[in-house]
Amino acid sequence: MLTESLVWAIFLLPVASFLLIGLVIRPLGPAFAKSAGYITIAALGIGFILSVWLLRSSAHGEVYDFAPYLWLDLGSAAIEVGLLLDPLTNVMLVVVTGVSLMVQIYSMGYMDGDESFARYYAYMSLFSASMIGLVLAVNVVQMYVFWELVGLSSYLLIGFWHDRPSAAAAAKKAFIITRIGDVGFLLAIIYLFFQADGFAAHGLNALHIPHIWEAAAPIAAGGAGIVAGGALLWLCLGLFAGAAGKSGQFPLHTWLPDAMEGPTPVSALIHAATMVAAGVFLVGRFFPVFAESETAMMVVALIGAFTAVFAATMGLAANDIKRVMAYSTVSQLGYMMAALGVGAYNAALFHLFTHAFFKALLFLGAGSVNHAAGTFNMMYMGGLRKAMPGTYWLTVIGALSLIGIFPLAGFWSKDEILLESWLAGGPVPAAISLLVFAMLLVGVLLTAFYTFRMVHLTFHGEFRGGGERELHDTEEAGEPAPTGVTHHVHLGESPMVMVIPMGILGFSAVVAGWLANPIGVNSIFGLIPSHWLTEYFASGLHDGHHAPPFSIAIAIISNAVAIGGIGLAVLAYAWPRPFLATDPLSRGGILHTLLAQRYYMDDLYEGVIVGRVFYRTVAAITDWIDRNIVDGIVGLVGWVSRNMGSLLALAQNGQVQTYPLIAAAGGLLIIVLYLAFG
Amino acid sequence: MTAYDLYLVSPYLALAALAMLVIVADLVTRRTGLLVGLAFVGLAAPAALSAWQLADLTSSGASELTAEGSVILYTLSIDRFALFFNFLILAAVGLVVLVSNDYVRRMERLQGEYFGLMLLSATGMMLLAAANELISIYIALELTTLPLAALAAFLPNARSSEAGMKFLIVGAISSAVMLYGMALIYGFTGSTRLDEIAMALAASPQSGPLPFGSMAVLLAVVLLLAGFGFKMSAAPFQMWVPDVYEGAPTPMVAFLSVASKAAAFALVLRVFYIGFDALGGDWWVLLAGLAALSMTIGNLVAIAQRNIKRMFGYSTIAHAGYILVGVAAVATVGDESATFGPSSVLFYLAAYTAANLTAFFAIVCIGNRINSDEIEDYAGMLRRAPFLAIALALALIALIGVPPTSIFIAKIYIFAAAINTGESLMTWLVIIGVVNSVVSAYYYLRVIKVMFLQPAIHTERLGGSWPVNVALGVAALCMIWLGVAPGAILGVAEQAAVVLLVGG
Repeated sequence: MLTESLVWAIFLLPVASFLLIGLVIRPLGPAFAKSAGYITIAALGIGFILSVWLLRSSAHGEVYDFAPYLWLDLGSAAIEVGLLLDPLTNVMLVVVTGVSLMVQIYSMGYMDGDESFARYYAYMSLFSASMIGLVLAVNVVQMYVFWELVGLSSYLLIGFWHDRPSAAAAAKKAFIITRIGDVGFLLAIIYLFFQADGFAAHGLNALHIPHIWEAAAPIAAGGAGIVAGGALLWLCLGLFAGAAGKSGQFPLHTWLPDAMEGPTPVSALIHAATMVAAGVFLVGRFFPVFAESETAMMVVALIGAFTAVFAATMGLAANDIKRVMAYSTVSQLGYMMAALGVGAYNAALFHLFTHAFFKALLFLGAGSVNHAAGTFNMMYMGGLRKAMPGTYWLTVIGALSLIGIFPLAGFWSKDEILLESWLAGGPVPAAISLLVFAMLLVGVLLTAFYTFRMVHLTFHGEFRGGGERELHDTEEAGEPAPTGVTHHVHLGESPMVMVIPMGILGFSAVVAGWLANPIGVNSIFGLIPSHWLTEYFASGLHDGHHAPPFSIAIAIISNAVAIGGIGLAVLAYAWPRPFLATDPLSRGGILHTLLAQRYYMDDLYEGVIVGRVFYRTVAAITDWIDRNIVDGIVGLVGWVSRNMGSLLALAQNGQVQTYPLIAAAGGLLIIVLYLAFG
Repeated sequence: MTAYDLYLVSPYLALAALAMLVIVADLVTRRTGLLVGLAFVGLAAPAALSAWQLADLTSSGASELTAEGSVILYTLSIDRFALFFNFLILAAVGLVVLVSNDYVRRMERLQGEYFGLMLLSATGMMLLAAANELISIYIALELTTLPLAALAAFLPNARSSEAGMKFLIVGAISSAVMLYGMALIYGFTGSTRLDEIAMALAASPQSGPLPFGSMAVLLAVVLLLAGFGFKMSAAPFQMWVPDVYEGAPTPMVAFLSVASKAAAFALVLRVFYIGFDALGGDWWVLLAGLAALSMTIGNLVAIAQRNIKRMFGYSTIAHAGYILVGVAAVATVGDESATFGPSSVLFYLAAYTAANLTAFFAIVCIGNRINSDEIEDYAGMLRRAPFLAIALALALIALIGVPPTSIFIAKIYIFAAAINTGESLMTWLVIIGVVNSVVSAYYYLRVIKVMFLQPAIHTERLGGSWPVNVALGVAALCMIWLGVAPGAILGVAEQAAVVLLVGG
């Protein structure tokens, strides 16, 4: 049993670390920068231990229900600050602190020698604290504050190397596009705020998350039934807009591949394991609300499934190893959203859980490769298997887990998503659910193909020169040097401080799935009952949705499709002819161009919508209104104010005789006015 | 007089004794630091005694400590309302004492008197918040004003003498006018006690459609208000403010602008909410008019100012106007939100104290070093004194009423209280208030612009001694704290405001 202050400590330790680094370590100068890393690691290490402890005691039936603290009383609605410790939060805490801890350790090696080492750890502490605050929040306003703080720290970290124009641009893009989604979230909160009186009539607080669940439940099911029908749908869509922005769901996905401009450990932590999962977390957090609206669930399911396939296709044609991973992340987040949409709450969160480990592992692997090859461009890699066997095997494990090969972690969670959409037992119509199943199965094939394309291009065949060669080539072509590419090529394994965290994540990427095995497993941690993790998630909901029995048929189908995808990748890139210089996919002509240009969506957004529609049309009209009408009014007010001011200042002539005179005149005027109008 | 009576007046006695002690200490020591330390640490005594009284009040559950048989019964009312102001005034005077550290070092003599006069004036202010009867009110008011007049004239230059002289003359005239008003009230009701005045006014027959029931009461209220308006620095009784602000020693102006104003509003709340309770329907219009006039005149004229202290003089007139909106927000009797108006006034005073002290402390520090209060000399202050410039900028942003600072919340509460009365006139008053807030952004932001964007003429770095920095830091933190977590002080203000309704 943890005390309340210990739970708060999970959040407050990284806050303290942020303040300590920002206010003390950084001003001390580079000599002390290294200690910033140790402080962050210590804060997160303790936080991780506390989180595991919390999860363990909660799994043993301990119920944590701490009364929130009142921050602002706004009449019928109150903004409170408190802890919501349900299974979802408890598992998220372990994921966030655990992955963050690994990434911080890895960064000690990766960021070694960077001149802004302390600033990096200050931002990382800020991010970890905000993310922990987000999952702990019990009040939507409290949640929103951390939601934005997470976005802010993501912005700071994407643009960490702010002297690179591309990094600054990517940071701005991420900030703006996620903000578009956040407007939806904010509107949802405002809507709830305006419903405060209705909530209060039932003794509920419109901003308190468990009360919102209760309010959405129909009266027949013992709920309050305050939010229903169209309002419920719009509330859900608003929340989903926020979620789609953060989780890179179509059509707000364009920022995530660009976000790879940040340091690679940042991509691993924020843009693979935790922050991008915040959108899935948000929908999961309000799942009891979404579940009441069939239309909202359909939207979530279809957008999720579409994103899963759509992003995977773009992953086929990307040459930057981190971009491949980024598309893969968007695609996997699509799986999670689709799962939530078809009602597979526990499967979605289970996949979030396993994905955090194997995707963080793959990103750290990409960082390790970059350390050796000096570039992220896979066309200049190849043959790294011999030079860095540790990274190679760990990446292969992560890749197989991502693809969903039995018996790795990714298999168990993805299989459960496929099974549930096949069974179609959720709130959406069966046809929709089966459509989702079909799309996700296509996604499995694509995932297997692009993942092994990445493995072959990076590790197999012959080494193609790395960053040095790339710089040489771009120079010859007369193009500007791509960012992040260095002459520094040394083929060899990364230092242990980087490999060991990868090893731990690799271990998790293998075994994390067994936490929800269809049979009970005897592990060194004791007996894990069958479906333990998914059942634990389900216990957080009122009408706990239970995991369906394991289906061998679905498992065989998904594995066969995956192995088929791997086989295609082998045929294209490794055997019988090894990869030389040109990508066989580029023979796909217009289709390949379409994929490589990311369906021209960035051009659509920046060129057409922002450039033509907004800049030339909307902005031109508002500019005219602003110049001629608004400025005119403001100018008038200013003119009147200034001249009246000078006029009134004349009365202030400095002669004390006039002062009582004016006071007396004022008093007299009051009396006269009263007598005249009173 | 019993021991219990002594206990009741002990905070006032302690503060007055401290004033004497500081003056005497000045005779035996030449060390300025010792005087500052004594004056600051000595404030712990009245603060502790007030805290003791608060604890007593809480444990007894009564609305006030003054009991049957006490000689000060009906004279002073030791209740939560009075204690709220005790703490507010003590906090303000404590911080001002710290900030005076650098300032008094430049004086050759009379350092003890400087602190002594300030503490004596603070005693008067605390008494004013507790006074429940016209004669005591008058005495407390004089005790507040006379030391301030002396302080205003403290510097050996023409501007300061002029400030002191004007303060004295205008103060004396307004005192006389107010006494005339008091005499009329006494003549009409036969009592100087606020509660008896209230009863007499409620019982007196309304003669026709005349406001306030009779010509005599109307005249009395207007005359009283003229006197109070001088203390509140509300228009049209505000003419002395800019001259005094410009000429008087800056720490004294800081003190004058917050503590004296707080005490004046305490007085107005007590007299109008308790004494003239029955006439609430008549006087709120009068106060609303003064509010609109003060806000508008203060903000408009502030735009034209070049001297920052003078600008703050007009700013304080404008803020008196905002606060008067809250005083005029008289809720319908029996309404459960009846304390809304007065409690919003109390909160605004606390918020304004924090923000205005922050601003003035920065001005004291800067003015001390550059020997100028002209806004143009603040150019490039961000580079010369980043801590001071940022604190001053925050305070200016707070005075505009931008979140997350104290005055933002305070303005929201004041305007909400006004809307809550349901009078359409009050809605208009709120609109005037909001427009005025926008206008005020012009002159506040101009100072920030000069400090942040204009290049510095000199490059010498500026800073204060540590007591000054501590005081500035504390005031700035309070300013942010009240904006971010206003709950606690709002609760206290609401409890304190209950007294005004029970008494009437």
